[in-house]
Amino acid sequence: MSNTDKPFLSVRDLKVHFPTDDGLVKSVNGLSFDLERGKTLGIVGESGSGKSVTSLSIMGLHRTGTKRGAPQISGEIWLDGQELVSADPDQVRKLRGKKMAMIFQDPLTAMHPYYTVGAQIIEGYRAHHPGTSKKVARTRAIEMLDRVGIPQPDKRVDNYPHEFSGGMRQRAMIAMALVNDPSLLIADEPTTALDVTVQAQILDLIRDLQKEFGSAVIIITHDLGVVAEIADDILVMYGGKPVERGPAATIFESPEHPYTWGLLGSMPRLDRELQDRLIPVKGTPPSLINVPSGCAFHPRCPYAELTGGRSTGEVPVLAEAVPRHYAACHLPIAERHRIFTEEIAPRL
Amino acid sequence: MLVYLFRRLINVVLMLLVVAAVTFGIFFMVPKLTGTDPALLYVGKIADKVAVEGIRHKMGLDKSIVEQFWLFLKGIVVGRSYNAGTDVTHCYAPCLGYSFKTEREVWPLLLDRVGVDFSLAIGASILWLVLGTATGIVSALRRGTALDRISMSVALAGVSLPMYFTGLVSLAIFVGQLGWFPRKYTDFTADPVAWFQGLVLPWVTLAFLFAATYARLSRATLLDVLGEDYIRTARAKGLREPVVIGKHALRSTLTPILTIFGMDLGGLLGGAVLTENTFNLRGLGYEAVQSIASSDLPVIMGVTLFAAFFIVIANLLVDLLYAVVDPRVKLA
Repeated sequence: MSNTDKPFLSVRDLKVHFPTDDGLVKSVNGLSFDLERGKTLGIVGESGSGKSVTSLSIMGLHRTGTKRGAPQISGEIWLDGQELVSADPDQVRKLRGKKMAMIFQDPLTAMHPYYTVGAQIIEGYRAHHPGTSKKVARTRAIEMLDRVGIPQPDKRVDNYPHEFSGGMRQRAMIAMALVNDPSLLIADEPTTALDVTVQAQILDLIRDLQKEFGSAVIIITHDLGVVAEIADDILVMYGGKPVERGPAATIFESPEHPYTWGLLGSMPRLDRELQDRLIPVKGTPPSLINVPSGCAFHPRCPYAELTGGRSTGEVPVLAEAVPRHYAACHLPIAERHRIFTEEIAPRL
Repeated sequence: MLVYLFRRLINVVLMLLVVAAVTFGIFFMVPKLTGTDPALLYVGKIADKVAVEGIRHKMGLDKSIVEQFWLFLKGIVVGRSYNAGTDVTHCYAPCLGYSFKTEREVWPLLLDRVGVDFSLAIGASILWLVLGTATGIVSALRRGTALDRISMSVALAGVSLPMYFTGLVSLAIFVGQLGWFPRKYTDFTADPVAWFQGLVLPWVTLAFLFAATYARLSRATLLDVLGEDYIRTARAKGLREPVVIGKHALRSTLTPILTIFGMDLGGLLGGAVLTENTFNLRGLGYEAVQSIASSDLPVIMGVTLFAAFFIVIANLLVDLLYAVVDPRVKLA
């Protein structure tokens, strides 16, 4: 297949299984999605749904081979015509930080405390531009700090991470990630560790930079509010599998999957009456070793009995409910729409 | 920075003052408890009442405890004179008094002894620092392999086996059976080669003991560091693994090593009792044992103060170095 046939990023039946003493942890168990340049995909799910493991797989940041704690990875990850799962680790390393870059959740722990912010940006630049002088790389680092909105970048470049505020640190992380103009940017919970006011600024920044550089962006979050602001498409994960996928607007307006209803119901909203209580998703996240039979969500699903026993016996697959909007649910589509409009929507 | 240094130096002086007070307290209390008379100890076996009183007066033992402590401190800082009428003995600063047994000044005696400890500490510390941390690092990077298990077992042996066991065994083999090394300490200035030969076994056995701790510590620290987010960031930047380990992981690993290295080195300079006695090295540790065995109180006090001095200084140096290594540490 030539480069033009394939989407820019294409994940096909990705499985990431970690062997442990207690059994095989199926963190990601059959995930497929596509992403084009200039588009933003939001991957949403609770802790342990497999969203971070997915991003680390794309970046090739899992341990490899026979190393302790190394997962078994199968499936395909195509980035701009190159397959990454079966690729030589050193080939993937050369793409890391250059073609694809990542922003992490907590910018304080994600930066080395002993090196200046500038040194850490310069290092990333020079790793992919061998032969560049420190001076040129430093100019580039200052330019990037300026671009992400850090005041007095020529002075701040020599500061240590602990001398930055939380929001500034995340900006610096973004500068570090974007220093080589990556075409894919993965942001793993980029705003979770930040104040609400700063969160919005960081999301705006990511959106602006995406427009400017035309890169593909994956935002991983458990916060639907974040993806509502920034994502074109949303992928909802549960127990290592995708349960719903579609354009962001559709997912917010007419979500198909009961788990997504739960996520929306548990999201605090300013336009909601104060006396209305949040509706939690009852129960606990599933074990990834003994995943519930059939639909992994069935023990927590209020509508499981309406499937006529299929929810416990049969694994649902993603099926197109309405054009471009997929859900993995045994409930008949008409029934889902009825439940949503009659029971769920009024409470949201 | 300068303010900090000044404050720390005052701290050092205060610490030493406390140690001096405690040791002086022992000096004053022990004769009371054991029913001996320090003046009698100075005079020796032939105790002539007049001579004893003379010494008591000359050494200032007839003065009050506070006055005696003051004179003791003054002696350390500016020196002191012992005079009994026309019979004046001047003891230059830092004066730590006179040995009961040899009637020599304590300070020159300590200076004589400390050379051995410096020699012992320099060789051994280089060995254990290099070998210990290298072993720990390799073990951490090859975690779970046979190499890791073997080195950690050896390290466990190193931590567990006491010096007087490893020391005596190595003496029996390399000196007794093979005759490779002399069992004798030669001063460096006298003959560097003999100095080296005489110290090889003590260095190696002492280093084995310490290296084990360093190997275990550096292994555990490196494994912790490798799990840090910033190591993942370094990898996410596409750095080569040797750079990730060598530049990012090792720098953080060495910080705790530095701390215990300073402490160990400081402690060692104040005397290595077991090593010195095993290898017949006449250093401060040996002197400490001798003086305790013979109740030579002034020497005990001197050795204690001397050892405390090294530890306090090592502490200070470690703290200063910390600020160099870790930019988050502010000296204020």
